[in-house]
Amino acid sequence: MKNAVFVFSPDQLSYKFSESHPFNHKRLLLTMDLLKSIDALSDDDIIPARVATEEEIELVHDPKYIEMVKKAGHGLVTPEQAEPYGLGTEDTPIFPNMHEASSLLVGSTLQAVDYVMEGKSRHALNLGGGLHHGFRGRASGFCIYNDSSIAIRYIQEKYHARVLYVDTDAHHGDGVQWTFYDDPSVCTLSIHETGRYLFPGTGNISERGNGQGYGTSFNFPLEAFTEDDSFLMVYEQALREVIEYFKPDVLFTQNGADAHYFDPLTHLNASIKIYREIPKLAHQLAHEYCEGRWIAVGGGGYDIWRVVPRAWSMIWLEMTDQPVPTGKLPEEWLNKWQQEAPVPLIPTWEDPNPLFEPIPRKAEIEEKNSQMLTKALSIIRTEKNRHF
Amino acid sequence: MIVEQIMKTEVYTLTPENTLNDALNMMRDKNIRHIPIVDEEGNIVGLITSHDVKNALPSCVKEEDACSIYETPIEKFMVKDIILGHPLDFVEDVAMTFYESKISCLPIVSGGKLVGIVTTSDLLNAYIELTGAHQPSSKIDIRLKDKVGTLADVLILFKKHYANVLSILVFPDAEHENSRIISIRVRMMNPLPIIKDLRDHGYEVLWPNVPGVNV
Repeated sequence: MKNAVFVFSPDQLSYKFSESHPFNHKRLLLTMDLLKSIDALSDDDIIPARVATEEEIELVHDPKYIEMVKKAGHGLVTPEQAEPYGLGTEDTPIFPNMHEASSLLVGSTLQAVDYVMEGKSRHALNLGGGLHHGFRGRASGFCIYNDSSIAIRYIQEKYHARVLYVDTDAHHGDGVQWTFYDDPSVCTLSIHETGRYLFPGTGNISERGNGQGYGTSFNFPLEAFTEDDSFLMVYEQALREVIEYFKPDVLFTQNGADAHYFDPLTHLNASIKIYREIPKLAHQLAHEYCEGRWIAVGGGGYDIWRVVPRAWSMIWLEMTDQPVPTGKLPEEWLNKWQQEAPVPLIPTWEDPNPLFEPIPRKAEIEEKNSQMLTKALSIIRTEKNRHF
Repeated sequence: MIVEQIMKTEVYTLTPENTLNDALNMMRDKNIRHIPIVDEEGNIVGLITSHDVKNALPSCVKEEDACSIYETPIEKFMVKDIILGHPLDFVEDVAMTFYESKISCLPIVSGGKLVGIVTTSDLLNAYIELTGAHQPSSKIDIRLKDKVGTLADVLILFKKHYANVLSILVFPDAEHENSRIISIRVRMMNPLPIIKDLRDHGYEVLWPNVPGVNV
């Protein structure tokens, strides 16, 4: 059995709204190039993406919506027809062959799933996936088809396994949460900036699931301007307690890299340090609870030059038990990409210190996050106390 | 918004002859804190709250024969001089009544009969509905000069970006007397182009609006 596979096909870059849109899968190239330039990724590690079938997409999405996406991508709908489906907005503009491009991203995640669930590989990474805002009948927040929701349904139907979905994107993983809100065999855990200002606005601690699924949805909304220590404290305690409580067969992580201070779309103040730590704990717990079964996807991440390549490289390095380098990034990588980058690249694996001016209310922000954590985990802690 | 849009129409009631124990059980079973007391014709004659019940019960730290208390008719403990509401009352006025009279429940009466009940929980629920995110959206706060037409000018920019506005709230500005904060919930994940446009037009955008932290 392989230790890990890396799903990639150049066609994944065809999921592209426009030159100026913040969602830009050029970050896949930047990341792979960085990994290759330190000899951490070889062609043997890479498996190609595949196109998801319509039947697979229908595991989650409404056939009418799929039809609309297809037509939109072939120039066959008016703006009025597309609007109710969330298509043709500034967030999700219509682009040529959008159905085909989106189906490929879904298939890439299914490819990762099959490698892990068939025992061909312990772990699998598809950085092209993680489009967690897609709804059953509506595009939302840059996401057309929700590859993660589809993949989890696919795991349920094909492999009958219990899935823990862990989402560390700075935006709430709403699409995946609502897909499995009533389902007790899938547990969703999302850590994100509070929705008071940030999209999508949901992800309150009181969203705990519904009916049979009550108690299998966990949300950890962080204050704006949250820094590394507070983020990691919440992540570690939340993940450890939830995984122990839910006991999944497989761990599925969404690795949006937009909680970083540089990210233009969010207000969290994390540094690259959290991206070193996030996959480390996921990896360790996947071995502890799931016999290693760990599927990781990408997600948000809108500073594609200074943040995403380093952050996402760290997932692959952790997955393959390679140490995360310190110090300078490879000279050739810096020289190659600096020519295109609109900002000076960060030349080291670490962030500059200090990264930003001190935040005035830091202590209160940490206090509030830790109070939030206690409330969000209370359901587990109460249950635990009842058994002892 | 008027009361009949938010009131509970399924009202649990008791009669004056019911005992304190009946009230206690009903509050526990139905998870409620207020019970209107009605006579045989359905006219409201009183109200008993969980507070009244707790006050009537004997202290749990003293040993005394308390059975008689539990069997006492409610009539002895209920509030008789109660404030009533009407289905056509404005919700804003109910909030004012709760705030000024320091009460937390209003039986709603029409045609002499009890038709509903409104409590602080219903008011809070209405507040949550008004301020919450019910569809995926971002929220932008903008400080606006308190003068004619500024809101319209702002909304034209939203229209230009094809942004669907889901809710708008206007707050007094605690820091500046001559301006207000408008809080707009808009269906989009990337509001940066709108924010840039607003700033280019001279508007002060607070995104996010956290007092004491300026970025």
